[in-house]
Amino acid sequence: MSESPPTTADTRRLAAEARARVRFEEEALELSDQVYRVARRLVGSREEAEDLVQQTYERAFRSWRQYTPGTNLRAWLLRILTNLNIDKGRRQQRTPQTTSLDTEAGDYFLYNQLEAQVPDENPDEGRVLERLSQDSIVDALAEVPHDFRDVIVLVDIGEFSYADAAQILDIPIGTVMSRLHRGRRILKQNLASEASLK
Amino acid sequence: MIDWCEKCEEMMQPFLDGSLSTAEVQEAEGHLERCQWCAKRYRFEEKLRHYVRVATSETMSPELKAKLLALRTPL
Repeated sequence: MSESPPTTADTRRLAAEARARVRFEEEALELSDQVYRVARRLVGSREEAEDLVQQTYERAFRSWRQYTPGTNLRAWLLRILTNLNIDKGRRQQRTPQTTSLDTEAGDYFLYNQLEAQVPDENPDEGRVLERLSQDSIVDALAEVPHDFRDVIVLVDIGEFSYADAAQILDIPIGTVMSRLHRGRRILKQNLASEASLK
Repeated sequence: MIDWCEKCEEMMQPFLDGSLSTAEVQEAEGHLERCQWCAKRYRFEEKLRHYVRVATSETMSPELKAKLLALRTPL
């Protein structure tokens, strides 16, 4: 039996699909700066981040039909990216069960500690913040254990909602909140240590 | 007796996350208006978040950008 020639309906369907695909690729590429910015802080080096982002886009473009139009494309891309990161075994380092974190320290402890290092009487918050250099922030974040850092990077740097972060990392929303709470404390402790070394 | 500064400290992160209830937001805002000590710490926390976002932001290389563009389906 010979193959029947494509009908007008087939041609239309193929053209519509091609348009949808181009639109998807364009929208995904528009988000690439934001995806890279998050990726760069999820992994240890620029090279790793670049590999990961490239592989993410290769996979996204291959499986574009799995994306539901109208849903959060940036979260969809980040979900691919974190899965690839896990596949690479880059996250084998587990979070230690015990850390020297003083969980009793309240939320203001970083401010209080930095303020004490400023010679002025009653300095404003801008002066206090100046105790932290850009490098010290990058280092302090890099030293936060993976599980906690992932949520900080997604919520505080990527500006994802708790729900999106939960979906991206495939963990319950309650876990996002508790890791965020603890992770921010760890980050602040690291920042306090960095500032005291100044 | 309620220690309002302590309560405010506990509410600070969820307040910045926008995850407090309307009643809690009113409570936090009311305290921040009255208490300069907490208000200053609130402004610090807000600026710190912004600073962390800016300080850790790195743009991708033009090479990677070009590689990503090359992945597009040829028209």
